[in-house]
Amino acid sequence: MSRIQSVFSTLKQQGKTALIPYITAGDPHPKFTVSLMHTLVEHGADMIELGVPFSDPMADGPVIQRASERALMHKVGLTAVLEMVKTFRETDQATPIILMGYANPIEAIGAVAFADRAKAADVDGVITVDYPPEECGGFVKELRAHDIDPVFLLSPTTEPKRVELIVNQASGFVYYVSLKGVTGAANLDIVEVASRVASIRQQTSLPVGVGFGIRDAATAKATAAIADAVVVGSRMVLAIEASNETNLLSNVATLMAELKAAVDAA
Amino acid sequence: MQLYDMPDARGHFGQYGGTFVAETLVEALEELRVMYEKYRHDPVFLAEYAYDLKHFVGRPSPIYHAKRLSDKVGGAQIYLKREDLNHTGAHKINNTIGQALLAKRMGKPRVIAETGAGQHGVATATIAARLGLECVVYMGSEDVKRQAPNVFRMKLLGATVVPVESGSKTLKDALNEAMRDWVTNVHNTFYIIGTVAGPHPYPMMVRDFQAVIGVESKVQMLEMVGRQPDAVVACVGGGSNAMGIFYPYIDVPNVRLIGVEAAGLGMETGQHAAPLTANSPVGVLHGNRTYLMQDNDGNIIETHSISAGLDYPGVGPEHAWLKDIKRAEYVAVTDDDAMAAFHNLCRTEGIIPALESSHALAYAEKLAKTMSKDQVILVNLSGRGDKDINTVAKLANITL
Repeated sequence: MSRIQSVFSTLKQQGKTALIPYITAGDPHPKFTVSLMHTLVEHGADMIELGVPFSDPMADGPVIQRASERALMHKVGLTAVLEMVKTFRETDQATPIILMGYANPIEAIGAVAFADRAKAADVDGVITVDYPPEECGGFVKELRAHDIDPVFLLSPTTEPKRVELIVNQASGFVYYVSLKGVTGAANLDIVEVASRVASIRQQTSLPVGVGFGIRDAATAKATAAIADAVVVGSRMVLAIEASNETNLLSNVATLMAELKAAVDAA
Repeated sequence: MQLYDMPDARGHFGQYGGTFVAETLVEALEELRVMYEKYRHDPVFLAEYAYDLKHFVGRPSPIYHAKRLSDKVGGAQIYLKREDLNHTGAHKINNTIGQALLAKRMGKPRVIAETGAGQHGVATATIAARLGLECVVYMGSEDVKRQAPNVFRMKLLGATVVPVESGSKTLKDALNEAMRDWVTNVHNTFYIIGTVAGPHPYPMMVRDFQAVIGVESKVQMLEMVGRQPDAVVACVGGGSNAMGIFYPYIDVPNVRLIGVEAAGLGMETGQHAAPLTANSPVGVLHGNRTYLMQDNDGNIIETHSISAGLDYPGVGPEHAWLKDIKRAEYVAVTDDDAMAAFHNLCRTEGIIPALESSHALAYAEKLAKTMSKDQVILVNLSGRGDKDINTVAKLANITL
């Protein structure tokens, strides 16, 4: 059983929903990333989504774009991100790490070499925003061969027939994008999301995470009631952006504690 | 010879092209693919398109024998396909009309576009006004500053111009922002991409709409010189004017197809926009796989060209394919050589060419010298240079 699967199965036994915060590796500075990751875990992260900075983040809103730009100012690329995961693993062998990013940094290394290096760093899952299943058969095979879960996005416009195609390629969990638009966009319609999640569940036994548009304790709680995992990205990055070197970790800890309480109360 | 039949059903040109987009856009692209398949051979649609090309754009654009230029250069005869004479001053309008007519049929009241130099933005704003569609154009804030007259033209035509502040604040970032708009407003919005890049079906669809350039050329060359040219030369940024003139010639033997990229300050300086000539690594950007200027981490690097329309780190996937199968050749011309060709055409022929097209002219001059007087080069003069006079004046330290 993969690390991701085992976390989901433990939480299920406890009747709990996973909280998955997202941060962009290297934001605000590479020297903070590993301590930020440990802080997230100490304050309730069940898994971590670690963003790989990219020069052209087409699916991201302004908040995560800025995070990517801050990280790229310090030349944080995929190789540096894998090093950060390695360092994190020196003291945490339990928390699943899911890399989230775009295809080109992976293409630059090559699918096989990437899978080797991700495995060596002990990465658990990979979300590649602009790799729809039709275009990444070989890549998915490589990940599987290295026991890394390929995690795919489902959107409000994904037809049931396509959901079928995607869940057959995915493992670990599937990630339902709760609104049309980029990360950090407008309010989510929880009734609509609930009905979509219910219909996805009819097509797969994989856990369903929900993200995009979760901005506070209330939306986190509402989402936790219907999903297996709640992903919080832009809100987390905003807290990082609003902090300085001295209060960075404590601000992130405070936000995490609020979100954790909300998710657990669902 | 097997007839050229690209791309495949999912938009692949060999390993290039494809549909590399976020899941949120997959359904929209599928809808577009289906609708384009439905209309691309529909006689009523094509008749409407042809009517607008004739009466609104002024097609067919003539081919002109640049005799004085040919004599001055010495060597092959240089002919110009006069896309600069189109309404709005460039080839871009051929494509925006086709896509806007499709938008109308799909019931989308709003169109969006990205633009670098502003030519595609102006062409989109023009057809949007003509068809009564709402129009939003994304333009890098650096380009908004550099291309103020085109920004004003778009506004006169009723479009909203949104300056893009992210990334390098140029064309590629405008494209990112237009994609973000499209993801968000996909129910009522048609994204008119300006070049043969982007996810499938854009590279194929834009090529098809631009192919009118090559289709006309084949007829006109027969009429004028009784045969097809020995070489067809066109500039390549994303590559839509080149694809438009190359495509009908792909199956014609003995016609060399030559794409001219921007060598900027020189290939050896790295300050260029010539991924094909430089043999840049293959990667994924803006929905397709192609040659891409990038660093070791796979991040896109900033490009340089004097010509905003060629200042793009990637290239249309079909050009990547034509390079690999050796059906087309790709070369690059520096800022300085393009400027020299610009002035040359102004003085010898009374035509002010776009800086983009000046790259094709520069290479044609070089090539003509190696050929005999009875040989023929056809250059796609993709646009007129009125938009560039500020840039040219600035280089000469002249304030207009």
